[in-house]
Amino acid sequence: MAELPDDWEMVVGLEVHTELATATKLFCGCANAFGGEPNTNVCPVCLGLPGSLPVLNEKAVELAIRIGLALHCQIAPSVFARKNYFYPDQPKDYQISQYDKPINGIGHLDLPDGTRVLVERAHMEEDTGKTTHLGGTGRIHGADESIVDYNRAGVPLVEIVSGPDIRSAEQARRYAAELRSILIATGASDGRMEEGSMRVDANVSVRRGPDAPFGTRCEIKNLNSLRSVQRAIDHEALRQVLLLEDGQTIVQETRHWDEDAGRTQTLRSKEEAYDYRYFPEPDLVPLAPSDEQIDAIRARLPAMPAERRRTLVALMGEQATESQADQIASVVDQGIDRYVMAAAAAGVAAPLALARVANELAGALSDGGHLDEDTMVVLLQMEEAGEVSATQSKAVLADLVADGGGDPRAVAKTKGFEQMDAGALDAVLDAVIAENPDAWQRYVEGDDKLTGFFTGKVMAATKGQADGKAVNAGLRQRRG
Amino acid sequence: MSDPTPLSAADVAKVAVLARLNLTDEEVERFTGQLASILGHAADLAALDLSALKVTEHPLELINVLRSDEVRPSLDRAEVLSQAPAVADHRFLVPQIVGEEG
Amino acid sequence: MSARRIAAEVAAGNRRAIEVVEASLEEISTHDGELHAFTEVHAEAAREAARGIDAAVAEGRGVGPLAGVPIGVKDNICQRGRVTSCASKILDGWRPPYDATVVRSLEAAGAIIIGTTNMDEFAMGSSTENSAYGPTKNPVDPSRVPGGSSGGSAAAVGAGMVPLSLGSDTGGSIRQPAAFCGVVGVKPTYGLVSRYGLVAFASSLDQVGPFAQSVEDAALLLEVIAGHDPLDSTSLDVPAPMLVDRLDDGVGGLRVGLCRDLIEGASPEITAAVTASAELLAAAGAEIVEMSIPELHYGLSAYYLIAPAEASSNLARYDGVRYGLRVDAANVAEMNAASRTAGFGDEVKRRIMLGTYALSAGYYDAYYAQAQRTRTLIINAFADAYRSVDLILGATTPTTAFGLGAKVSDPMEMYLSDVFTIPTNLAGHPAISVPAGSDAAGLPIGVQLLGPALSEERLLRAAAVIEKGRS
Repeated sequence: MAELPDDWEMVVGLEVHTELATATKLFCGCANAFGGEPNTNVCPVCLGLPGSLPVLNEKAVELAIRIGLALHCQIAPSVFARKNYFYPDQPKDYQISQYDKPINGIGHLDLPDGTRVLVERAHMEEDTGKTTHLGGTGRIHGADESIVDYNRAGVPLVEIVSGPDIRSAEQARRYAAELRSILIATGASDGRMEEGSMRVDANVSVRRGPDAPFGTRCEIKNLNSLRSVQRAIDHEALRQVLLLEDGQTIVQETRHWDEDAGRTQTLRSKEEAYDYRYFPEPDLVPLAPSDEQIDAIRARLPAMPAERRRTLVALMGEQATESQADQIASVVDQGIDRYVMAAAAAGVAAPLALARVANELAGALSDGGHLDEDTMVVLLQMEEAGEVSATQSKAVLADLVADGGGDPRAVAKTKGFEQMDAGALDAVLDAVIAENPDAWQRYVEGDDKLTGFFTGKVMAATKGQADGKAVNAGLRQRRG
Repeated sequence: MSDPTPLSAADVAKVAVLARLNLTDEEVERFTGQLASILGHAADLAALDLSALKVTEHPLELINVLRSDEVRPSLDRAEVLSQAPAVADHRFLVPQIVGEEG
Repeated sequence: MSARRIAAEVAAGNRRAIEVVEASLEEISTHDGELHAFTEVHAEAAREAARGIDAAVAEGRGVGPLAGVPIGVKDNICQRGRVTSCASKILDGWRPPYDATVVRSLEAAGAIIIGTTNMDEFAMGSSTENSAYGPTKNPVDPSRVPGGSSGGSAAAVGAGMVPLSLGSDTGGSIRQPAAFCGVVGVKPTYGLVSRYGLVAFASSLDQVGPFAQSVEDAALLLEVIAGHDPLDSTSLDVPAPMLVDRLDDGVGGLRVGLCRDLIEGASPEITAAVTASAELLAAAGAEIVEMSIPELHYGLSAYYLIAPAEASSNLARYDGVRYGLRVDAANVAEMNAASRTAGFGDEVKRRIMLGTYALSAGYYDAYYAQAQRTRTLIINAFADAYRSVDLILGATTPTTAFGLGAKVSDPMEMYLSDVFTIPTNLAGHPAISVPAGSDAAGLPIGVQLLGPALSEERLLRAAAVIEKGRS
């Protein structure tokens, strides 16, 4: 993590655009789908053909309200407005957005560490088409021509604007990560940054010390991974500091982050802000969801990541360890905490469930495949009862996920994982101890680190069939 | 509500850029005169104290007009592209874009 | 022959639609060389549609209420596969891939769209002299304008080439040419007729409406095109009103306001026609009340800020990228500007710049917002007036048709011809212009009836009384 020199401090605000997980576009019935042959998913409305008119998608409104509720925003009557500017990917040469009356007003997002970041607004707007630059470098500078695909034009977006509350690139990354988790949890978005369903713009400025006035800011557009968010902000803040220390001034402008080169570069100068001439959209009427409608949406809202993390922490019993806290954050972020909850509800020890889900299940799911909660619970119960060892349990799990399900006992049997009886384990233990007298002496004298040594020997001798816990217990019992 | 400042040729030139219109010097001058005359009539509105009134965005009292989230047929691509001035690779072709937006 | 009669005869099998169409085509070929009401005549398609109607009738299949009636459609209403250019070079040759909802309604009713009619470019004008195709002439006196922007639609009906046509009205563009050409023209309540497929000029003011030779025919056409459209968010959730059957119910017991602010400034002959119309209504049992709505005087100024502002945004899409005229240039911004400069006429450019200015930073509140507050002022003033009257009577225009070229040098002068029609667009109210005699030069005079939202039924009843009284 880069540190700024002296008492320089960065001031960061993030604008996050998320595509909404609706079946159709915001103002027309064209499918809201990623990919697809260019310009096959268009109609008079999203192409902005003369005479066309927009009609608002009720599902998009519901999802926008879910986002507002999840971010503790004021849900208010709202009005759509035209943002007028010329650009080839903008079919009407204006975007239908929201301006002074957004659907979601002031709210906040609490980071996992408790820091609160202000959310200024989260409003609805339509997406643009996609421009591909031809010739030259393939980037906009140096391109001879461009080609435009309007499949994405009109896709519903919510733009979430934070206050300038963020003070480090790493914090920005955590904000973006938590926001992404929240958006996925609401069902409003699939959060796939690499597919463009969530895009981050960062406004960055620097100042000397926490009481100095805000400096001139630059906007870095279209950061499409959490890593880019952090790297770009660190780079930009340092760039500004170096300029200022050199006696230069910061030009207010929009910059593009080049991930490969690891630097930002000017897109356009904003000597003065562009005049968008916002005015209320005359082809649409105001939106005023009733309290009943909002309450109904609130009632349907699933638990948010922060609440789910709290629930898991409470399940750990005593203070969760740092490693457990990491596991909890990880399973909630991946949306697999439901497995832990299901196991705990069935009486499985929460720490065991958490460990298996965070490590083995997460890994297996990321390779593709799936597993239902009930099957996972059965396997965990088997491990807890000692029917299979930890190692065996992991192997069974891998198979189950790859096959998309199955009977854990049947799989264990097929793999020859019989429970090792106590007498056989005693015999192996005694043999291993006898073969390693010096190590055993040191262990008896108190060197607990040798537990792993002996466990490894027993595992090798039993081809992994021994249960680690039983081995441990056996060693301690012999030590006295 | 104070009178807005009168329209100048510089204003007209600036507006023409915003509106993507090329004007000759003669046109700038002529339009400035004509627009100033029209806006001069608008001065009678400036004199009114309408601060107590809300703006009417449209004359209807409609709110909450929505449609269900159901897919409807899109246009045939060939028909769409057949009207395009320039096409490449099934997309609309345009000359170089200098700078983004605006 | 009236549209109603044609449809009845065709549906009954007493007349063949193909004959009706041929007769109309004959009239067009006789008159339109001079008048230039049509930008395009769809002769073959019309014949084919007529044959279809006749076949349906012969086979006993149902046909709609306008079966076999030839109709002209203004060049700003999308007809799939046909050039819809808004009389502008920038859309020269553009064929929309979809039909306007009103076009589908016409076809479902069995009407036969026989041609596309001329207009002022993008509906901006009051004389049809701003057309990229050249002007339309007034059928009563071809040295004069037919009015605008729906001059072609008005002239086509006025000359008897078609019994019906569709126009659009944003500040008077149906009513004013109706008055100039001696025909009936109706601007419906905002939201009563779908705007889906009407190329937008000023979204909060535009409405599609009928031209006809009689109030009854106008009512018939309005019934066909009115009603809720889910493709238009500003469409009222009401069914089409019943108008034709109520037309002869008279005006007994109605209070009609004779509004000084919609008469003062009109020529003496037009003023006399309004007075005469008031007398006709009184004789038929209406109570005439003299009244004044001084706020209406602010309408012109408010309109010439609101309409161009919305237009400046609506016309931004004409950028040479996806359709229409493209003039090549080194980069996209220059291409946009070159295309728009070559494609738009002066009046359109003037309004785009006026509108852009009115919306721009620093001026929005003084111009656009203030104009929208003025709109509220006018709406409130009308609401007040309609507490004491049921309808309002006034002139449609201050003068009869002026000469071609007479008002082109000063835009403001041209704008003044809309002074009596504009307030109803601002309020979203319906209004009708009905012929009320002619002036000494034989030029048609129209008088205007206004009502509150969704009062078309009593508006047309009152218009029918005036029409009957003058015949």
